Amino acid sequence: MPLDDDKGILNRADEFMQVFKKGAEFTQELLRENERLRFRILEMENIHSASPAAQADSGETMRLMQRISELESEKTEILERIRQIEEENKDFANRYVEIESENNNLANLYIASYQLHSTLDFPEVLQIIIEIVINLIGAENFAIMLLDEKTSMLEAVASEGVDREDVPKVHMGEGVIGDVAKTGDNYFVPDLDLYEMNMNSPMVCIPLKIKEQCIGVLVIYKLLMQKKAFADVDFELFTLLAGHAATAIFSSRLYSDSERKLNTIQGFLDLLTK
Amino acid sequence: MQEYKVLIVEDSPTMRQLISFALKRLRGIKIVEANDGVDGLKKLSSESFDLVFTDINMPVMDGLKLVSLVRSDPNYKHIPIVIITTEGAQEDRERALALGASDYITKPIQPNRILDVTRSLLSIP
Repeated sequence: MPLDDDKGILNRADEFMQVFKKGAEFTQELLRENERLRFRILEMENIHSASPAAQADSGETMRLMQRISELESEKTEILERIRQIEEENKDFANRYVEIESENNNLANLYIASYQLHSTLDFPEVLQIIIEIVINLIGAENFAIMLLDEKTSMLEAVASEGVDREDVPKVHMGEGVIGDVAKTGDNYFVPDLDLYEMNMNSPMVCIPLKIKEQCIGVLVIYKLLMQKKAFADVDFELFTLLAGHAATAIFSSRLYSDSERKLNTIQGFLDLLTK
Repeated sequence: MQEYKVLIVEDSPTMRQLISFALKRLRGIKIVEANDGVDGLKKLSSESFDLVFTDINMPVMDGLKLVSLVRSDPNYKHIPIVIITTEGAQEDRERALALGASDYITKPIQPNRILDVTRSLLSIP
């Protein structure tokens, strides 16, 4: 029995060995096939990369990639330029508004000076000054004071919103009004909101000067309700208008005097000749 | 290009010139000036206007009377009227608007405001 058992074991061992050998052979065959296929893939890849079409595709791709990169940088440049142009546009718009405002002021000044020099009639000149101060400056209560050179006194010759008699007569150099007439410097109250109407101390006092000679002052006591504060341009406008007003007043007075003298002389001549 | 005719009724030559100067910036605007309400009415009856600017305080006939007469006349009642006023005269302004004024401008005169009001009332772009 044991012999039969041993024989059986040997047979099974042989069978196993044979199966094992076949398995090993099959494995080796698979490895060889794998090697062959890998070699074939490599071969195919080499053939593919070496073909002119593939090379052309690759070249085109490279060219397109480069173009994309160029376009990207162009786009960045264009965006930057747009940003700069938008900035410039904003500057131009601001400048346009400024120029428009300057243009308006110049037009107003032109009209004011044109009107002031359109007549040599003294009362008419005073009326025009009053209109300008109301309509261009926006003052409600104000007076025009002229200097009497003989007495060195400043006296109101025209007023608006206040009685002329209520405007004090001031000596040259006396108080705010007299000081402005003496120094020839413009006076503005530091804070309009804190100002309380005082006939001796106006909120604005502008000398009427011809060159360095002060012939009077423009005193403002109250602005129109909607005129809450002075704009930067107002200060310049005041001085320029005051200059023109002074010349117009001076010319008209000179003309009136010469007219009066002429009439007197003419009267004498008529008396002598008739 | 469409032409518009504007009547400025104002007793102050300075104001008339200020308004006229501002309006001349708009193309196709013809300006006619009148010294007071009566002169304004005369000019309204002799030619047609697209817009009227009028001051309130004027001799002979004031702006309020002018607004009232224009609005009660079927021939002119369609014409837009802009009154020129000071903020202090708020009652006058309200009365003028109640009488049929289309808009108002206040002193000191601002050319931009004149242009804005004109463009708006004449539908000029």
